[in-house]
Amino acid sequence: MIWVNQILQGVLLGGYYAMLACGLSLMFGVMRIINLAHGSLAVVAAYLVWVVANRLHFSPFLGLALVLPCMALAGWLLQRLVFERSLGAGELVPLLSTFGLAVVLDNSMFQTFGADSRSLAPNIGDLAWNSWGVTSQIYVGQLPLLTFVVAVALLGGLHLFLLRTPMGRSVRATTEDPDTAELVGIDTRKVYGFAAAASLVAVGFAGTFLAMRAAFDPYAGPAQLIFAFEAIVIGGTGSLWGTLVGGVVLGVAQNLGAQVSPQGFLVAGHAAFLAVLALRFFAGGRGLRSLLRIPRRPAA
Amino acid sequence: MMGQGGVYIQRWTKVSVASTSCLVGLVVVLAFGPYFLGPYLTERLTNLFIYVILAAMWNALAGYGGLVSVGQQTFFGLAAYAAIRLSFWGVSVYPALILSTVLVGLVSVPLSVFVLRLRGGEFAIGMWVIAELTHLLVNLDGLINGETGVSLIALNAYPPEARLAYDYWMALGAMTVLVGLTFLLLRSNTGAAIQAIRDDEDAAASVGVRVLASKRLIFVLSATGCAAAGALWIATLISFQPKTYFSVQWSAYMIFMALVGGLGTFEGPILGAILFFLIETLFGGIGVWYLIGLGATALAFALFLPRGVWGALEDRFGIRLMPVGLRLRFPADAAPRRNTDAAAP
Repeated sequence: MIWVNQILQGVLLGGYYAMLACGLSLMFGVMRIINLAHGSLAVVAAYLVWVVANRLHFSPFLGLALVLPCMALAGWLLQRLVFERSLGAGELVPLLSTFGLAVVLDNSMFQTFGADSRSLAPNIGDLAWNSWGVTSQIYVGQLPLLTFVVAVALLGGLHLFLLRTPMGRSVRATTEDPDTAELVGIDTRKVYGFAAAASLVAVGFAGTFLAMRAAFDPYAGPAQLIFAFEAIVIGGTGSLWGTLVGGVVLGVAQNLGAQVSPQGFLVAGHAAFLAVLALRFFAGGRGLRSLLRIPRRPAA
Repeated sequence: MMGQGGVYIQRWTKVSVASTSCLVGLVVVLAFGPYFLGPYLTERLTNLFIYVILAAMWNALAGYGGLVSVGQQTFFGLAAYAAIRLSFWGVSVYPALILSTVLVGLVSVPLSVFVLRLRGGEFAIGMWVIAELTHLLVNLDGLINGETGVSLIALNAYPPEARLAYDYWMALGAMTVLVGLTFLLLRSNTGAAIQAIRDDEDAAASVGVRVLASKRLIFVLSATGCAAAGALWIATLISFQPKTYFSVQWSAYMIFMALVGGLGTFEGPILGAILFFLIETLFGGIGVWYLIGLGATALAFALFLPRGVWGALEDRFGIRLMPVGLRLRFPADAAPRRNTDAAAP
């Protein structure tokens, strides 16, 4: 029974990872950029919501609503100031510049907020620990469930947006082939700006839920980046729903590992990631098959 | 070598002959360092040599191989751990340092089969995951006492002055060998192949470059170099705390040195290491602001000066101190002032 419960908790944790990963996945899908500052940006969002909640005494959910526009603006600026310069400059530049950015963000947060761990758990009252017992050993926490639902809503919203709206169509066209997209009158610069903004909005959600579900500190970013990346790779790069599958696999592996030994949580997560990669390479498979793929841009 | 119309290919220029001789001379003089430098400078220079190794190894991988790794601390930390393990098993301490470097180099061979299938950002974060996992696994060894760490106590058997000198010589020797190996590798056919892969992997494969074998060579060289740096670091520091050795900070330092000095140039990372060394000496004491400055500088260089200080100088003046590439010389009257290095991207 305890194992069933661990698997259930892992699935719910996977919702958080999917939320964390969908911004990274979107940016990688559209711009072919892996944003190494992704995790640090999530922690920035967590601190912003924390400041709003503790200085202005707003509910964290209202705080999230206030922080999201800021994140969108930050994403747009990031695209204009950093990514735009690096898009044409090969693979190295975006990696190096976003890594530099991550170092700046992590240490700036340390400088501003100090080494103390923070959490939004005290700000959300009962939600932080309330749960529904299914049996005596199996329970569903309210916050993990809410996280999962929001993650699915976020992915579903993004999916519908890409499928149904004119902007979504432009994004898909640009993802497929930016040069041809330009030819048919799509402003790819606008599309990239939009994708970066949308990516950071998702990061804003992830940061807020990170802060509500656990304690975070200025150097929590790199671990979040790694989790997000693992979820994407396990699920199959470039697929939104695959990200959810990947997040769930990662979460389940970690929780099962934790059941085996205290250090098992991280070890099992990394091992699952490497195992899926190995499977992809040596069995010729393409990771865990995704439910829906965003078409990828062919290698230039 | 004369070709048609007086066009010829040149490896050694007057400048590069002069600078290479100076460099060899400098290494010979440095070899006597412990006799005239005093303990403080001996120790500081040992650090500088380790930085040069790290910068050159990261540059070999990224600047020449096109592989950005955020996980070279894997080899750095693993070598330090291996040295402690071997020393605990009774291997004499200085041989243990060398043996651990070799062992980690060997470990990188099977690892390369796996990670070299990753490309771009996947490789970058994939290596990072490997570093994290290695860190966690090393922590499982009871000898290490978890994050508390352990010391390489066997080193205490040597008097401090002797240890300083041994560390210095080992660092100087390792730096000379590794930088020399990189130099030879880049001048060989494999060097040309590696740079072709960096510029366009598919195109290189299509003209018959053995992509995987060439990448593996540079990966293993880089891993061995970082391992040597890790072994030297524990020789100077004595204490081993997994968190500091497997920290991603090392990647940040390597990226900073290679990027600021000049990614994809031979001389650049050496210059970058010297710059980093000076910046650390001057500003290392101010803590977090110093790290923010390093990150911001790396960001600025990546965006505005991706070939670094040395790359900019090279492009402007066409100087090459070390004859890594070949240059096409035109008859004096028609000589274009453009950079015509065969190795230039």
